[in-house]
Amino acid sequence: MAEHEMIGTSRQSRIMAHFLLVIGVIVVAFPIWYVFVASTHPLQQILRPPLPLLPGAEGPSNYARALSGDIGRIGGVGVDRLLLNTAVVAFGIAVGKIVISMASAYAIVFFRFPLRMVCFWMIFITLMLPVEVRILPTYKVMVDLHLIDTYAGLILPLVASATGTLLFRQFFMTIPNELMEAARVDGAGPWRFFKDILLPLSATNIAALFVILFIYGWTQYLWPLLVTNSNSMNTIVIALRKMISFADADTPWDLVMVTCVLAILPPILVVVLMQRWFVKGLVETEK
Amino acid sequence: MHRAHFPHRLLPWLLVAPQLLISAVFFYWPAGQALWQSMLREDAFGLKSTFVGFANFRRVLSDPAWLNAIQVTAVFSLLTAFFSMAIALFLAVQAEKVVRGRAFYRTLMIWPYAVAPAIAGMLWLFMFNPSFGTLAWPLRQLGIRWDPLLDGEQAMTLVVAAASWKQISYNFLFFVAGLQAIPRSLLEAAAIDGASARRRFWTITFPLLAPTTFFLLVVNSVYALFDTFGIIHAVTGGGPGKSTETLVYKVYNDGFVNLRFGDSAAQSVILMGIVIALTAFQFKYIERKVHYG
Repeated sequence: MAEHEMIGTSRQSRIMAHFLLVIGVIVVAFPIWYVFVASTHPLQQILRPPLPLLPGAEGPSNYARALSGDIGRIGGVGVDRLLLNTAVVAFGIAVGKIVISMASAYAIVFFRFPLRMVCFWMIFITLMLPVEVRILPTYKVMVDLHLIDTYAGLILPLVASATGTLLFRQFFMTIPNELMEAARVDGAGPWRFFKDILLPLSATNIAALFVILFIYGWTQYLWPLLVTNSNSMNTIVIALRKMISFADADTPWDLVMVTCVLAILPPILVVVLMQRWFVKGLVETEK
Repeated sequence: MHRAHFPHRLLPWLLVAPQLLISAVFFYWPAGQALWQSMLREDAFGLKSTFVGFANFRRVLSDPAWLNAIQVTAVFSLLTAFFSMAIALFLAVQAEKVVRGRAFYRTLMIWPYAVAPAIAGMLWLFMFNPSFGTLAWPLRQLGIRWDPLLDGEQAMTLVVAAASWKQISYNFLFFVAGLQAIPRSLLEAAAIDGASARRRFWTITFPLLAPTTFFLLVVNSVYALFDTFGIIHAVTGGGPGKSTETLVYKVYNDGFVNLRFGDSAAQSVILMGIVIALTAFQFKYIERKVHYG
């Protein structure tokens, strides 16, 4: 309190700060609140502005219709299938990236082998080759390998990137030498050392990275757009785009809004519920 | 520091193999293909291609449509970075002042991070839809001819709004972390010397935040360059006209819609150059600056 008084954060200026923050939060959260509100109103209401700011009574029936497969417009694929696809992609990318990058970081830090630094740089440089700059040739590789419309095709090209490896490498290097020497004196091999010492120590890093990668996977757009032709392999974000036609008056906006809520709810829950790891992951993977 | 190692010879290779394999197949091979293809010219039927050296680059660099895309990208990136960072910094400064409720504000502030860029675009277009968007309605009442699907500047405003909105969460978290690292004693000393809150912000807080601001500037540029493809694709499709056609959108459009492979590849290679420059800049320059405090 005294400290706040000293640098002039008076009661008055704190109330002002609260006021501004509330406005900020309203602006930031409004689009999400608004899509939820829209998902609980009948179509006629949505098409006649302004839309009320509070939820309507149609919610249960809108959601029931959407979930029972009334969204025939997404090429006859139910929301459940779209959510499943997206979840598989998000989990696949998150878990795959963590496993692959932990393995390579483990090799680079705890072993000495020929071309070790070459391997490291090979991995590091991929940081500079995001999928956006090599769209067409990567697509061609997918066609040649028959990976179009497969989960492997959706996941594999996004699984390798340097960020995870760099993060784990950095963390592994902070592990005291003595720990490894003690483990070796006790006769622990690489696997035992990894499983009994490194893995438990890495738990928070893994959780942090998982949150970031899950969101990354869930919100992918360009890649799923390219490698899926069949509607049944669409992620929910792509399917949503296909449902909407802004010029066309018969877009089923009520169902679009329900799908939209279902598409943003899982990642929002992950971010909010795992907030502590999310913030840690964000600040540490990027720096 | 000297590290203890395991003596195994084969095992480390097995451990790095998955990542190297995926990098080779999905990164290096396609990147090499892009380089090679950028120097080829296909005939009208796509039957045979001839080596043309840098001709594709020359054509791309003098193509008015590409120069337009550069300009669009620059405007879009600068506006997005500016607005998302300015709003986030303003809110982070407010959050530093309050004693109670910080966690509450933060929890509500991070939601947009979890929203896919394409969905963020769709949400904003829904709110500002010219025919039934609730927020477009007051604009019309005010006599503004609001139609982002026909007016280029309004389309740009809309995609900038959606892209900035989504990025506020991220910038907010970093600015909060940056503000917390500023020594309070400095601010107190200035307060004792009679510096006003505004003066303290511009002469102490803002300069000390420079590493964070700089870092965010690079991250936001990369975000605006690449991750916003979904917003453009879902909201405007690069239009109306070519008023929102960014560099990445053009690569996609030329490659997959117009099937001009050589041009698309040449553009990819130029983009690659931009990413390499940005990454090198970030690692060489910013990494060092971040730690001076």
